[in-house]
Amino acid sequence: MSDKPKVIIHEDLCKACGLCIIHCPKDILEASDKINELGYPTTVVAKEGCIGCANCYLICPEPGAITVIKP
Amino acid sequence: MTKVYEKSPAFFDTFTRKPSMQKTTHYCPGCGHGTLNKIIADLIAELGIQDQTIFVGPVGCGVFIYYYYESASVSAPHGRASAVATGVSRANPDSVTISYQGDGDLAAIGTSNAIHAANRGENMIVFFVNNNIYGMTGGQLAPTTLIDQTSTTSPSGRSILNDGFPLRMAEMVAGLEAPVLSARVAVNTPKNVRQAIKVIRKGLEAQRDKKGYAFIEVLSQCPTNWKKDPKEACEWIDDVVCQQYPLGVMKDIVEEHPSQKRKCERVEFDAIAEQLNLTTSDENGFQPIELIEDEVRFKFAGFGGQGILSLGMMVSQLSMERHMEVTWLPSYGPEMRGGVANCSVVVSKEAIGSPVVDQPNVLVALNRPSLEKFGPLVPEDGLIIYNSSLVDTVPENLKGKVYALPATDLASEAGNVKAANVVVLGFVAQKTGMFSQADLETFLAETFKKPALLELNLKAVKAGWSAAE
Repeated sequence: MSDKPKVIIHEDLCKACGLCIIHCPKDILEASDKINELGYPTTVVAKEGCIGCANCYLICPEPGAITVIKP
Repeated sequence: MTKVYEKSPAFFDTFTRKPSMQKTTHYCPGCGHGTLNKIIADLIAELGIQDQTIFVGPVGCGVFIYYYYESASVSAPHGRASAVATGVSRANPDSVTISYQGDGDLAAIGTSNAIHAANRGENMIVFFVNNNIYGMTGGQLAPTTLIDQTSTTSPSGRSILNDGFPLRMAEMVAGLEAPVLSARVAVNTPKNVRQAIKVIRKGLEAQRDKKGYAFIEVLSQCPTNWKKDPKEACEWIDDVVCQQYPLGVMKDIVEEHPSQKRKCERVEFDAIAEQLNLTTSDENGFQPIELIEDEVRFKFAGFGGQGILSLGMMVSQLSMERHMEVTWLPSYGPEMRGGVANCSVVVSKEAIGSPVVDQPNVLVALNRPSLEKFGPLVPEDGLIIYNSSLVDTVPENLKGKVYALPATDLASEAGNVKAANVVVLGFVAQKTGMFSQADLETFLAETFKKPALLELNLKAVKAGWSAAE
């Protein structure tokens, strides 16, 4: 297992509210044009560099849409 | 040590509300409800109180919380969650009782319930989700709507002279003696979420330790009804909403407050039965009823005023006296006379799962619309009894055994058309074999105290019985 913090977006649970994108201090999350099962253009992890601050997890309204692992 | 932020085990793995969307909530994108739901779930798991937690859900956008939390849940009528939670908390003194309410629910429709529960210092935590608006019904003005804020019912903005001032519930609760914690938090930014987690943890710990009443007002964004995108809605909370509703802890006496436990007396069923003069023993030659099915599902239907609901009630009472499991579910319009009425009665040897009757084994239709509506639902081995005095044509699509009973005419011959329901009672008793003539006579004698009325009804029930033979 990597010793770097990691964020995972479960793309089929994302409702594309975009709040995680705004609050990521490293700007690694982005809106995409991939339409998910719910019919929303899902948010994706576009870059490396997660610091495990969990801002995205805390602000996301959807249980299970975001997982953050901070070693 | 690795810290993993992920879906809390206090949530169900699968949300069974709809065949689709089994992993997601029903909340709109960016709604603060979901964020608050997550905070509560994470803390329930952290504090290890999942098994003792009982949620009381509201009417409003928060209505479906029972689909999300893997804890006990009760749904309350609109505005009554704090009152229902009072009962839940007192009957289960070891529980952590959580009342989850919105601003239309708690601050408008159920204000008195909420204030009095707070004033009694019930052992419960109330989450008051304040999004300044009636969300689920489409954005009407709530007592919490801001001055000048537009809503569907205040299109030119809330006016103080017309609608009064926005209600500050957290301050009101803090002004009472009994509550141990009253606070206002927000879930619009990670910083505010972190602060909310601290306050909510304190409130839940206070519940775990039986410290009394805790009130947490949560400012929540409603992008849909505010007609803003989620980002704008969250910013609007910081810039505007917090001016009217300042964040902070208004009252906190958790530390110094002693644990309080109310006495909860368990009463045995026999003791209640004795007070109500009910016999619970089988000593008096009690015989269970022979049912034509394991569960007989009746539908009685007709015009309002034909005695439909009383007929169902009579069958229910007769069955209850024989210790059967019974449900009685009326359905009728607002008219006292006329209109249509029906009632569903289920009689069973076992506990009854649902009082709703979709496929009756026995249908009594006292008018034509009822026969047309419910007749086709009766299966092949079911009985259909219709009032042939008022119905001249029988629909062709009936599968069950059809009996024509001139109930109104027979009642008229017995002395009063109003006794048509009792004629039907006699007929149904004979056809189903559920009650003997003696049962019916004893029951009628207990029901009708006036001799003339009793005589009329005895005649009517006999007429129905004879017509069935």
